[in-house]
Amino acid sequence: MSTAISISGLVKTFGTTVALDGLDLEVRTGEVHGFLGPNGSGKSTTIRILLGLLRADRGQVTLLGGDPWREAAALHRRLAYVPGEVALWPNLTGGEVIDLLARLRGGIDHRRRDDLLERFDLDPTKRTRSYSKGNRQKVALVAALASDVELLLLDEPTSGLDPIMEAAFQGCIGEERSRGRTVLLSSHILAEAEALSDRVSIIRAGRVVQSGTLSELRHLTRTTVVVSTERPPDLIGRVPGVAHVVHEDGRVSFDVDTDHLDDAMDYLAPLKITSLVSHPPTLEELFLRQFGEQVPTEETVG
Amino acid sequence: MNAMSAFTGVGPLVRFVLRRDRVYLPVWVLSLVVLTYVSAAAVRRTYDTPVEIASYAVNMGTSPASIAMGGPPVALREIGGILIYETSLTVLLGVALMAVFTVVRHTRKEEDAGRVELLGSTVVSPHAVITAAVLVAAGASVLVGAGVTWSFLVEQQPVRESVLFGAAVAAMGIVFTGVGACAAQVMSHGRGAVGLSLAFLGVAFGLRAIGDVGENAWSWLSPMGWSQQVRVYDDNRWWPLALSLVLTAALLVGTVLFEGRRDLGAGIVPSRPGPPSAGRTLAGVVGLAWRLQRGAVVGWVVGIWSMGLLLGSFSESIQNMIEDNPTLAEYLQRAGVTNIVDSFFATSLLLLGIGASGFAVASALRTRSEESAGRVEPLLATGVSRARWLFGTLLVTLGGTTLVVASGGLGVGMSYALTTGRSSEMWRMTGYALVYLPAVLLLAALVVLLVGWLPRASGAVWVAVALCFVVGWLGSLLELPQWAADLSPFTHVPAVPAVPADDLALGPVLTMLALAVAALAAGWVGFRRRDIG
Repeated sequence: MSTAISISGLVKTFGTTVALDGLDLEVRTGEVHGFLGPNGSGKSTTIRILLGLLRADRGQVTLLGGDPWREAAALHRRLAYVPGEVALWPNLTGGEVIDLLARLRGGIDHRRRDDLLERFDLDPTKRTRSYSKGNRQKVALVAALASDVELLLLDEPTSGLDPIMEAAFQGCIGEERSRGRTVLLSSHILAEAEALSDRVSIIRAGRVVQSGTLSELRHLTRTTVVVSTERPPDLIGRVPGVAHVVHEDGRVSFDVDTDHLDDAMDYLAPLKITSLVSHPPTLEELFLRQFGEQVPTEETVG
Repeated sequence: MNAMSAFTGVGPLVRFVLRRDRVYLPVWVLSLVVLTYVSAAAVRRTYDTPVEIASYAVNMGTSPASIAMGGPPVALREIGGILIYETSLTVLLGVALMAVFTVVRHTRKEEDAGRVELLGSTVVSPHAVITAAVLVAAGASVLVGAGVTWSFLVEQQPVRESVLFGAAVAAMGIVFTGVGACAAQVMSHGRGAVGLSLAFLGVAFGLRAIGDVGENAWSWLSPMGWSQQVRVYDDNRWWPLALSLVLTAALLVGTVLFEGRRDLGAGIVPSRPGPPSAGRTLAGVVGLAWRLQRGAVVGWVVGIWSMGLLLGSFSESIQNMIEDNPTLAEYLQRAGVTNIVDSFFATSLLLLGIGASGFAVASALRTRSEESAGRVEPLLATGVSRARWLFGTLLVTLGGTTLVVASGGLGVGMSYALTTGRSSEMWRMTGYALVYLPAVLLLAALVVLLVGWLPRASGAVWVAVALCFVVGWLGSLLELPQWAADLSPFTHVPAVPAVPADDLALGPVLTMLALAVAALAAGWVGFRRRDIG
């Protein structure tokens, strides 16, 4: 099977609120798929439909080759889930919760459990009542990662983790990928998705508005260039595809559509380039562009 | 400046609490006032001749069982005394429960939910949250007291007596506001705080029951006793209520000290480290549900069993009373009561059964509270199916309810066995108690029905429990129409052992069992197809 998750035309409404509005998503087996979108865009709703917790109003959903609503329990033995808001039983200890969830999923790798507890620096003897949000998230992460499953559904799994734990998490996901596991990683932390994902889908208002590898997505957008030339590039603004031109201290910075990068270079080269810095768009910029907001450039700042 | 800052934020918080409780508190206050008013009106209608009032004093005023429930028999030769004797149990317990639930709900439960942190980060003084909750609960208690005064005035009772009884009711609520506030600091979570407060209420009730029946000083150890020792219509003394206020002040000082000494989210009783890995029993849905509810099961079993023990212990004095009082025996015979002890047992078992439905409903509602707390989601994301989760959790409700119901009969039976020397009474009474089990389970099944179809309204089953209590405890007094009494499943349970066991009509009991199964099945149909969360 080459597709772990396949969703088409998914619609889910809560009363009058349309949470998902014809969402399409494909996650291939063995990939880490970043699922990006602002709060309230429908990421968690999608994942909860994949888990059979919510019932789809319309659309096709296939999870690991099965129907997530009808075959929920059987499919769940093959996946592990980390919710965005981890609620635990206050008078159980972290270790008890980890074992319980793993047992209900069909078993635990004890060596891996102990290893993960150490890597995430988690005390399993504490009652979960006294855990911080980050520690509750660690409990869910350890329980998920210590289970032998094909698919990991992670809903903003690191929103409460500090940078050191974030790094530990990234290391773990790398290992999962090398074991051939599929990961659906919902996030609004772009650097994290950028560091981990093979492919990403960007969701907005209940629809996937972009999907592809990072390089494919970058192709759709602009490269930022800062350049100094011996003769002033006064006409750079007239080159097709160039925008946001700012002249400053003999340097000029501008954005250019990736398709027109050639044209910009052709114009600049005869003016004798003395320095040139260009960087591809970060996911941050991709994200903001997708959502129609202005990327804060020097033009808007100064 | 310091004095000012100690109360910074209290005003907005009080408004916030009132806004959140704009349905909850009015329902509590109005129910208690209306119940008092309706009972008082009914009492006045029932005892409207001097002869009836005189016979009330002789019959009720000497019965240990009724003293244990109604309080010291004060001024029962006039209608006012009877009014208080008939209404005080319900309204005193009710106002205490209201105060405890309200305070804990806005302090410890909010803290459990992590919302106090959010409030604490705004401009409020360290004790503002608890101060606001105490003010609201105490205010509601005063309102209940005022309502009680009003209903007595409407029934043409003198002002002085009406105000004093209202004040005694308010004082009970205020003391238990303090109890709830203090318990919220001592325990490390909301459920524990409610449990500790209710245990305190149980002890307060028990001490004054022992003291009132034995006419000794035990009553003075109980805050519930103080509210009754004002002796309205007799001594009309205010000073016992000063004891209530002193205890409240002490509890509130304790609250502030405890709160200053603990961390947010922790209790004074520190939580110790627990096992680093799960034991063998914590392996499935049933294991988890048992682990989560075993404390409640044990608490309720002990509570209902002690209540049964207490009630059973009155059987001997009832027997003696009949033997000493031929007029009463004759009166009862004319009323159709053949065996006074057995009818007393039947009433006791009925009350214990209604009490046990408190556990059954609370336990069945765990399915809803676990869901809304977001703790069902991670379970259903594992290999656990919806059916296994729902029925596995309810299995603990079924088992726990059976134990709680049986323990009431066992308690009654143990007392009776001790006085009669026949140990078989223990098992006989336990068996009789179980006749009430289907009625109790029906209430739990109603919870499941609502959880399946109208999860947000599932708490409404508490109204049904309250109705069962009103019908069972006050029904004959209120002269409820038969259809209203018939709404309570307990009305249809044969009154064992007053009804001889050999011609026990099992029909209604089996019907209730069938209804419970039907409600359960219907609830499941709704639950399996709805969204979770």
